[in-house]
Amino acid sequence: MLILECPYCGVKADETELHGGGEAHLKRYGPGSSDADFEGYLFHRKNPKGVHFERWRHVNGCGKWFHAARCTATLEVFGTYPAQVTAPPKALINKIKKKRPDWEGWT
Amino acid sequence: MSDVMAPLATVTALPAQGMITIRGNLKDAGFIAAVKSASGLDVPAQRQIVTQKELALAWMSPDELLLLCGYEDAPALTNAMTEAFGDQFAMAVVVSDARAVFDLEGPKVRDVLGKLAPVDMAPGSFGHGEIRRTRLAQVAAAFWLTCDDSARLVCFRSVAQYAEDLLKTSAKPGTEVGYF
Ligand SMILES: [Zn+2]
Repeated sequence: MLILECPYCGVKADETELHGGGEAHLKRYGPGSSDADFEGYLFHRKNPKGVHFERWRHVNGCGKWFHAARCTATLEVFGTYPAQVTAPPKALINKIKKKRPDWEGWT
Repeated sequence: MSDVMAPLATVTALPAQGMITIRGNLKDAGFIAAVKSASGLDVPAQRQIVTQKELALAWMSPDELLLLCGYEDAPALTNAMTEAFGDQFAMAVVVSDARAVFDLEGPKVRDVLGKLAPVDMAPGSFGHGEIRRTRLAQVAAAFWLTCDDSARLVCFRSVAQYAEDLLKTSAKPGTEVGYF
């Protein structure tokens, strides 16, 4: 069972109280972009085995979207953070690097 | 009849309850002052519910409150709130008819809720004065304890029958889990 702490209401919510929103920090390519960029935005995902940054919504709770960093292989949760950012917080990245020295990092 | 045959809690659907959704920045001094002047209540801290006489004010999210009041009082209270907000980026809306309210009473009220919601109902984890928005099996709901052996629960009116059946099933005699 995946348990994520909602950064807005502080609830340790289990997966059944949440709704997954896929990979986080996607750059949107809209009207006027190249076909390749638009295709990448719509379809291309990292889908890693390991550290992954995701969007989640506390749907059966405060209703807010937030971000989470977890390992897709072990379900280890590294942390959660608010939605109003375009990149993971530095402190969280450092924490993950310490735990996973082989991690290629976030880009 | 022996104690064994008593339900874990009695479930009662309550008559229509006045409810007002208030949206705004809960940290903003002007917002806090407006809520206080219109309702007499302080903006509750995260996940808390404060009560005063027939009013209760619940924290729903960082930008949402729920004010519970008498059904007939909701429109006037909402008007007062709107007036107090002035030109602030905040609003109050009557949502009384959107939701149903249940009263749960019995010594095993924590068991009844704990079986249906992914919430740690242990006394040390969930106490008085806290409101929890969560799910009750398949539908969204929110509840809070009104004393050691009673709780209030709100859910959308469209799923009221489902919630009532669920609560009554969970409260069936002899089905206590015995964790709390
Ligand atoms: Zn939340």
